[in-house]
Amino acid sequence: MTTTTIAAPRSPRRLRGRTNTELYAWLFMRVSGVFLIVLVFGHLFVNLMVGEGINALDFAFVAGKWADPLWQVWDLLMLWLAMIHGTNGLRTVINDYAERDQVRMWLKMLLYVAAAFTIILGTLVIFTFDPCPAEAAAELLPSFCPGA
Amino acid sequence: MTLTTEAPGATPAEAPSAIPSFQVTMRLRRFNPESDTEPRWENHTLTMHGTDRVLDALHKIKWEIDGSLTFRRSCAHGICGSDAMRINGRNRLACKTLLKDLPLKKPITVEPIKGLAVQKDLVVDMEPFYAAYKSIMPFLITTGNDPSRERRQSPADRERFDDTTKCILCAACTTSCPVYWSDGQYFGPQAIVGAHRFIFDSRDEGAEQRLEILNDREGVWRCRTTFNCTDACPRGIEVTKAIQEVKQALLFRRV
Repeated sequence: MTTTTIAAPRSPRRLRGRTNTELYAWLFMRVSGVFLIVLVFGHLFVNLMVGEGINALDFAFVAGKWADPLWQVWDLLMLWLAMIHGTNGLRTVINDYAERDQVRMWLKMLLYVAAAFTIILGTLVIFTFDPCPAEAAAELLPSFCPGA
Repeated sequence: MTLTTEAPGATPAEAPSAIPSFQVTMRLRRFNPESDTEPRWENHTLTMHGTDRVLDALHKIKWEIDGSLTFRRSCAHGICGSDAMRINGRNRLACKTLLKDLPLKKPITVEPIKGLAVQKDLVVDMEPFYAAYKSIMPFLITTGNDPSRERRQSPADRERFDDTTKCILCAACTTSCPVYWSDGQYFGPQAIVGAHRFIFDSRDEGAEQRLEILNDREGVWRCRTTFNCTDACPRGIEVTKAIQEVKQALLFRRV
């Protein structure tokens, strides 16, 4: 025979998963938003306004930027914050508007996979970017490379 | 003596003739569960006066044209909160909305409030709404022995939650919330207002429990600050502000 346990009167309601996930997600949106304003406008200013402005933008310009640890960190932060910020925003949209549990789950899976793929690929490019790969054919190399 | 009595000679029938009258078309969303499969629209053109409210127009239809029209109303003076409905696409109390304040050139649409199941015409099932309110424990929670006198509170402490004590549970805010329309699990603005009234009450000791309930996945974090609720509230409660204050309390655990 099983015994039923009766909760003591006035004991707090048992809540499913007492976590602060939604709180942290909400807070992250605010904090990352502030950082992104600085990062994105700084990025636009340096790329489009400083010096020759947009006319200076080419492969060499990007290669030069990623040779500098400052811009590596800058772009890495921008990539991660923007991707997580956007993914979390889309997650709330899916939660708000997908009515069926199955649809909601698959949309979110697709979202997370796409976000993870973009973040990993972007991070890899920022850190392993080499404008003059040693084994490449000479005609494919930009003019500033020693082999070209 | 502030009471005024009618002057002996005055004829009561004289008064309405002095008030301008006009033609108004009421466009009602009707649904009879016994004969309809889908809700339908029904128009009535009435002669109304400048002092009449939407509720008076509904009364005129029910009492003089079609007695089957079903809607809730009790006090008819904006206190009981029974007659919240969607008037020209906005949640209003029918007893507080004057016809002359609405654009009379076009029909005035009257629909049941959204997000709750329609039972008949303008009557919706309010149970899910009340269930959300109950779940935030809308009663005083204290520990220890009850005092032999009343629980005292300073005017400043009373002021802290004054705004949210005005709630009449009409559901205008909750059923104006787009998150509530698409997600029936969300507590809704009214339940958060109800919780706010106790969380910020200096005499209450259940704030931690209530905050924990609202920290849920379907709690305050689902609020998108669209201000529909603040706009809809017939009592002028700053609903979105109250929700933000609960979020802040959760964030800093500083009540």
